[in-house]
Order: sequence, then structure tokens, then C-alpha cells
Amino acid sequence: MYDDDHVLLDGAKKLVAQGVHITDVFSPFPVHGIDPVIGVKHTRLGIVAFMFGLLGMTLAVIGFKYMMIDNWPMNIGGKPNFTLLQNFPAFVPITFEFTVLFAAHGMAITYLIRNKTLPGMPADNPYPRTTDDRFVMEIRLSDNTKFSASELHAKIKETDIIEIEEKEYVVVK
Amino acid sequence: MHKESAIREPLILGHKTYHDITEDVCRSIEGKAPKAWYVLFGIALLLGLYGVGCILYLLGTGIGTWGLNKTVQWAWDITNFVWWVGIGHAGTLISAVLLLFRQKWRMAINRAAEAMTIFAVFMAGLFPLIHMGRLWVGYWVMPIPNQFGSLWVNFNSPLLWDVFAITTYLSVGFVFWYIGLIPDFATIRDRAKNPVSKKMYSILSFGWSGRAKHWNRFEIVSLVLAGLATPLVFSVHSIVSFDFATSVIPGWHTTIFPPYFVAGAVFSGFAMVQTIMLIVRKGLKLEAYLHVKHIEYMNIVIMVTGSIVGVAYLTELFMSWYSGVEYESYAFINRATGPYWWAYASMMTCNVVSPQLMWFKKLRRSLLFTFFISIVVNIGMWFERFVIIVTSLHQDYLPSSWSMFHPTWTDIGIYIGTIGLFFVFYLAFARYFPILPIAELKTILKSSGESYKNDTAPVRPKTAPVVNTFVPTDEPIEEVVETIESTLDHVEEKATELSDDEKQHKISSLIEKLGVGNADQKDDLKVISGVGPKLEETLNGIGIFTFEQVSKMTKEEYDLLDSITGTFPGRAERDDWAEQAKNLMNK
Repeated sequence: MYDDDHVLLDGAKKLVAQGVHITDVFSPFPVHGIDPVIGVKHTRLGIVAFMFGLLGMTLAVIGFKYMMIDNWPMNIGGKPNFTLLQNFPAFVPITFEFTVLFAAHGMAITYLIRNKTLPGMPADNPYPRTTDDRFVMEIRLSDNTKFSASELHAKIKETDIIEIEEKEYVVVK
Repeated sequence: MHKESAIREPLILGHKTYHDITEDVCRSIEGKAPKAWYVLFGIALLLGLYGVGCILYLLGTGIGTWGLNKTVQWAWDITNFVWWVGIGHAGTLISAVLLLFRQKWRMAINRAAEAMTIFAVFMAGLFPLIHMGRLWVGYWVMPIPNQFGSLWVNFNSPLLWDVFAITTYLSVGFVFWYIGLIPDFATIRDRAKNPVSKKMYSILSFGWSGRAKHWNRFEIVSLVLAGLATPLVFSVHSIVSFDFATSVIPGWHTTIFPPYFVAGAVFSGFAMVQTIMLIVRKGLKLEAYLHVKHIEYMNIVIMVTGSIVGVAYLTELFMSWYSGVEYESYAFINRATGPYWWAYASMMTCNVVSPQLMWFKKLRRSLLFTFFISIVVNIGMWFERFVIIVTSLHQDYLPSSWSMFHPTWTDIGIYIGTIGLFFVFYLAFARYFPILPIAELKTILKSSGESYKNDTAPVRPKTAPVVNTFVPTDEPIEEVVETIESTLDHVEEKATELSDDEKQHKISSLIEKLGVGNADQKDDLKVISGVGPKLEETLNGIGIFTFEQVSKMTKEEYDLLDSITGTFPGRAERDDWAEQAKNLMNK
């Protein structure tokens, strides 16, 4: 457990340089620069949003084609609106809204599901103050088989740490 | 780390730690609400209930209870609708556009402004809904397969675009707001003492734990949502303006409307943010996070958008003359000199003249003046919509049908009612939700906090505490019975040399100096920076329970303590526990 983001970052760098695998980091706010150090890959949620946006756009266009062109064409003052292309300028606003609607919601829902953060889910931060001003590194012995417990312990202690707690972890989720 | 120029004014005043930020924001949620809150909530609730009553009366009786007539078919209803949508523009603009431009000052206002947006759009949506007359068939605006020979809604109509634009804006705005709220709810959850509120906030926080991967995703989601919301903001008010611009009414039929409406919306939205935040920062004592510089930034936005609106007004006038269209010029001459000249004059004064006063630095840094101008702008923007809607309609092509508009008490009641309802929501939000983004503020603390910028923040000692006592790993660490399962404390080599007797002796001498603590009246020692749950247990084991005991510690006691616990030599001294404990005692 650390009490400063930069100290944690330095500590993590030091440990990783020595070959320690850090399973996870719990922090009250995004610690910039920690991801590449502990090997968190860049998220692909941006691509998800793009896909959902495309889906929304396609659905909107299919909808227009069916409702306004095929199923019930409207003659509004004899204006040229009997093909999708001719009528499309009037469809631009809703096409845009649909794209945004799908992209935003699709991404947000994917994000919540991937994080496993949904209403009623239990929290599993190891210590309540990690959402206030404490930063916790999770290091598992099972991920660091090349070190013994005491070796690992000594290495961790070399960093500017506040406290080490050892426990048998239970996988919550 | 992100560095910021020293010349820039700090965004967070004074010296704050991460914990202070949490404390300052959570104080209003965890403490009791002041009397003023109950008074305001009561007033807002009464107004809101009156508005609901008026709406029910209207639904039961019909739209005829409004003062509309054959000539003026749109009046207060649509005026209020556009006014509320306009106010609802600042929130997403602040959080989305300013996020894309990396404007850190947005963090003082974005949460509150987003909430304002959602509630304002909600109020706005009420007007078209009740304007339908038969609210219970409101779902007909959606393209739902139906039994009328599959009669679809008309996708060529700007009124339908509005339906999609407003619903999209409302739902995306809500998602954006909520994604940002989740980590802050988690903070409140982890602090909550009352089991009911703990349960509530743990449901609201969705089990957020702050893992590195989650934060990584969080940042991307915020960024992409901001990227999506930015064009959305512009599209929504453009589409609202299409309601008018695509018609053939002189005074409405103008291509300048979309940009002009968007600038007007930003203008009025920021004014409302000023009105609300000036009260909130005082009421919740958040002056350190939202200070004069933030107000000044917002005033500059008001000044710029106010000028854009002014230019748009003048362009309109010029075009009505330059186009050579008789009807068009009549509409504008009638606006300025006809029976509604007073509305036009108040619009011009409030929206064009008043923001120009912001060129004076003294005025735009004055809180009282800002508050006054923000109210003036709110009024002016209401008149703008009234002028556009009513004055363009009331003297139409046929002089025999010319008429004026007179609001009825239902008109007034519903308008006042929406203001009441808005504040009911807003006051509830200010009471139970974190009004500042706790997590986001912590990310800018070190780059934009005052004490960190002028180097008055206490500097962290560089030396790692255990450099000398560390033994190479090939030497066995004697006597320490250390199994992985043990959750016991970790004993330094120095400590291992102590026999139990010696230890006992040391403990008693330590307690002698610090005084005997009472286990029943124990303080939460974890609040001291440097003490965690394990160490607290150890301290309690020794017999240290209270801040008072800790506050008596000096160098000698620290050494004694270190030799007993042997965990982190020098830590207690470095973090100056005694001083911390003294401060905590006085709290």
C-alpha cells in the first residue's frame, strides 16, 4: 500500500525491472503511466464504439428506406423524394443521431460488462481507502514463482511502501 | 507527469491532499443539510407541485387553457422549451468540448453542469409532450409498426428530428454523467458509516474497485463519449432551430439560425451555470476548487458567445433589408418598433449590451456582478425566444387576423412549475451526489494545485526508509516464522533480536511515556498518513488507541516504537505522526 501516486509508480517500475509481476493496482484515480509498466494493454473500446456507430447508421438507413421509400412513400408538394438518395438530405439529422445513440450506449454497456461493474455487484478493492488516497499493488505469489515469499517481501519493502499485507486471496470475480 | 506553466493561476487554492479533496466534497453528503437547504427545497417543491397541478389541469381540460390563439399558435410553451434546451447545452459542452481541448478548469464545474443539463433537458422535453394535447398517445412520435395501414412518422419533418435529437441528447448526456459518477460513488460507499447509505451507494457505484485496467478503460470511454457528445451538442440546437428555419414564416426562415441558436444556447447555459455555481460554492464551501479564475473563464465564454449572438441579431436585421423581401423587412421592423418593442428592447439590452461589460477585468472578476449579469442573461435569452416566436407570428399576412398574445395563469403556472421542479432535482443532486468530480480533481491536484505550483507543499523525504537494514536475500531471514497464509505483521531483523522480555519491557516504557489509552474510546488511527489497518492493529496491540497518545510521541518514542514493531524504521518520524495526531485531535 502506498500513499502517493508517483511513489507507487516508481515502486512499480523498480519491481518490474527486477522481474516481479504485478497483478493489479488499485487507485482512487487513474495513475497515468502505470498501464505500460504493469502490462495493461490499451483498451479496444474505441473500436467497439465505432462498430456500434456503424450499426446505428446502417439501421437508420435501412429504416428510412423501408418506411419512407418502400412501405409508405409520402408525396410532399411533389418534391423529388421517391428514391433514398434524393430524399437523403432530410435524413441526415436522424442518421447522425442514431449513429451517436448507438455508439455511446453500445460502448457504455460494453464498458460496464467488461469491467463487471453492474448494479449490485460487490466491490473488491482490498481496502476502503483505495478510493480515497491510498494506492495498492496486488502481487501474487502464484504469478511470481521464481521468487520465494521472503525474497519478494524484501524486494517490495525496498520501495517506499507504507504497508504490506499477505493473505490468501479469494477470487471474487 | 503533466506539467503546467507556473504563470497560469492555480485551479485548486491552498494546500490540499488527496484526502482533503475527498473530505471537502463528501462533507455535504455525509453531514446534515443546513436549514437553508430545507427552506429552498420546500419552496421549489411547492412551485413544482403547483406546476404539476397546472399540467394536470391542462391535460384534463385541453390546450385551450393556454393563451394561444389562431394567429399565435406557438408562444410560451415553445419559448420555454427552447429556453430550457438552451440552458441544457452548457453541461455537455463544458464536459465534452472542454475535455477535448484539455481545459482543466472544467473539472470545477463539469459534474454540476452536466446535472443541470440533464434536469434542464428533462424540463424542456415536458413542453412538446404536453403540447401534443393527448400525452397518453405520445409514443406515436416513434416509428412503431401500427394498425393504421403501417402509417409511419414523417422523417422529413424537423419536428421529428427534434424528437430524436432531444431523446438522444438526454440519454447520452445521462450516460456520460453517470460513467463519471461511478468512481465517486465508490468513494462515498467506502466512507459511508450508515448501513443504509452504504447499501445505496454500493448499488449506485456498480461495484467499482479502481483497478488499473478499469481506469484505463474509463479514460477511453470518457474521451470517446466526449468526442461523440461534442457534435451532438451542436446538432441538438441546430435541429431545434430547424423547427423555425425550415418554415416559410418571415422572421423564422433564416439560414443563420443553426449557428446563432447554438451560440445562444451556450451563452444561456453558461449564465445558468454561473447562477447555480455561485450559490453552490458558497453553500457547500467549495471556494478552493471553484474560485475567481473559474468564474472569469466562464465570463469570457459568456462574453464571446454573447458577442456572437449580437452579431447574429445585426446580421438578421441587415439581411431583412438587403434581401429586398418586403415581408421579411416588415417582420423585423415590427419586432423593433411594433407592439412588442419592449420585448425586443429587453432582449437587445440583456443579450448584446450586458455581456460587453465583461471586457472590464474588474467586473468579470467580481462575484456579485457576475451573479447579477447571469440572471440578466437568463432573462434576456428567454425574451430572445419569445421575440423570435411571438413577434414573427402575431402580425401575419392577413391584417384581419392580427392579434396579441396574453399568457393565462396555466401558461405562467407551468413555466414557474418547471423552474420549481428543476430546483427540486438540483437540490436533491447537490445533497446526495458528489458535486465535484472527486477522482478527476485528484488527477490535476499536483499539476494545478496552488501549493504544488509555488512549492509550499510539504516535500516528501526522498530516502527510502529501509535501505540500510535490508539484507541480501541469500542470507536466510532467521527466526521469522513467516508463512504465506499468515496475516501477521512482518518483523524486521532488528526486531527478531529482541526477546519477548525485552519487548515487553519496551512496550511498558513506551506506554508509560504516552499514557494509558482506553480501548473503548479508540480513535481511527488509520486517518494518520502512514498508518494502515495492519499497523493500527499492532498499535492497538501495544496499547496505543488514541490520537492523544500518538500526539505525545517524540523522536525517542518513535525509535522505541520502531524497535518494537520493527516494520518501517523512521516512517513515523518522517510522516510526523505526532503533529498529524495533534491536528486530528483538534478537529
